[in-house]
Amino acid sequence: MTKAMARILVLVGTSAFALFTIPSCAAQKDLSASSRKDDSVYAELAKAPKKAVVRRNPLERDPDAVAAGANLFDQHCAECHGDMAEGGRKAPSLLADNVQQSTPGTLFWILTNGVVRRGMPVWSKLPEAQRWQIVSYLKSLGPKEKASQ
Amino acid sequence: MELRCTRVFLICLLALVLAGLALPLQAQESPYIVTYDHYLEEPGSLEVEYFSTFGTQRDGGNDFHAFWSEFEYGATAWWTTELYFDGQTTFNDSTIFTGFRWENRFRLLQQEHFINPVLYIEYEQTSGADKILKEVEGHDVESDYAIPNGVARKEHDHELESKLLLSRNFKGWNVAENTIATKNLTGGNPWEFGYAIGASRPLALKASAKRCSFCRENFIAGVEMYGGLGDRYSFGLPNTSHYLAPVAAWNLPSDWTLRLSAGWGLNNHSHRFLLRWGVSREFSGFGESIGRLLAGRKP
Repeated sequence: MTKAMARILVLVGTSAFALFTIPSCAAQKDLSASSRKDDSVYAELAKAPKKAVVRRNPLERDPDAVAAGANLFDQHCAECHGDMAEGGRKAPSLLADNVQQSTPGTLFWILTNGVVRRGMPVWSKLPEAQRWQIVSYLKSLGPKEKASQ
Repeated sequence: MELRCTRVFLICLLALVLAGLALPLQAQESPYIVTYDHYLEEPGSLEVEYFSTFGTQRDGGNDFHAFWSEFEYGATAWWTTELYFDGQTTFNDSTIFTGFRWENRFRLLQQEHFINPVLYIEYEQTSGADKILKEVEGHDVESDYAIPNGVARKEHDHELESKLLLSRNFKGWNVAENTIATKNLTGGNPWEFGYAIGASRPLALKASAKRCSFCRENFIAGVEMYGGLGDRYSFGLPNTSHYLAPVAAWNLPSDWTLRLSAGWGLNNHSHRFLLRWGVSREFSGFGESIGRLLAGRKP
């Protein structure tokens, strides 16, 4: 490969990077803003398999689970879902009835698998116990009406 | 060369300034330095990393310190793109910039499965003096690194590197295997192969109720093994180098991750010892900040 070809490859690469990544960030914002109002984003919850839906939270009686989950939420989730899980520019509210009425198993399944094509990464890199701690925290928030009281 | 170093420095400085506009994010990084697991960067986040490798050298060569910077960006939840800048200091010789790499990782399946595949494609333009040992491939042996910088830098490599990354999390453990296939586009070199495998686990699986720096869940320990597999005409484990390295990472609540790895060569073709360390920081919302800057709004 000649130097000229290498330069062209680099130029094409950097252009592709700029074309795909930077506009995608701006677009992501707009898309997310609209998705907040769009209930279809919550339809992902219905995709959890039955086996996952019925799983119980093994830490539901753990007195520290909610506090630990709150820390984890703050570190990993708040940037997109908002500090109080009220929803952000990128991701929907987790205080919505659809989420709060979901079983712990469903929330655990979503956390584990993410919703990759909608921009939510998989969170299986957090150990299972930590994902359950986040679920404990989310369930402790209650629906929007309760949270706003 | 000086001009090129200045440009690289300015690019790094610009990236750091732009990264400063974004929010820091608590990282949960793996301890591997060579092996990849299947996790990608979060969309819109930028991870700025610096790594060093100190390597011993026999065969009359000088020990060396190779270093590289990485700028890893989550373009989408299924695509991470990354730019590397490499350099090295060979003791009693010189310090030189040795090239750059552009890496892309694509998640192939949307959900978690028993084994999770990720496709890795990288283009690298490096000189023969590159010593970062980010992977071992083909018949890479220790004596390749004994060549003086003045001679080695005259060799220019344009390589296309592909990897299939397979990884799984199970009961807190991560197990990952990478298969490497590399083609040097310069000249008629054959495809070369390599491997990396790793296993790691946090010291505690539950998070503490209070934020803390020294909590056990912030530490991840593991081991990785990597080496060459020969080339298209002589595939196999002999006549190449292999390393075994315990690894550890410390994910600090202050958004930094520190990594350490002590690698031992497993045969006479390998460096006896490779000490590696790295520091990284993740910035969330980086892409959004850039988007706003370009749109002329306040970041």
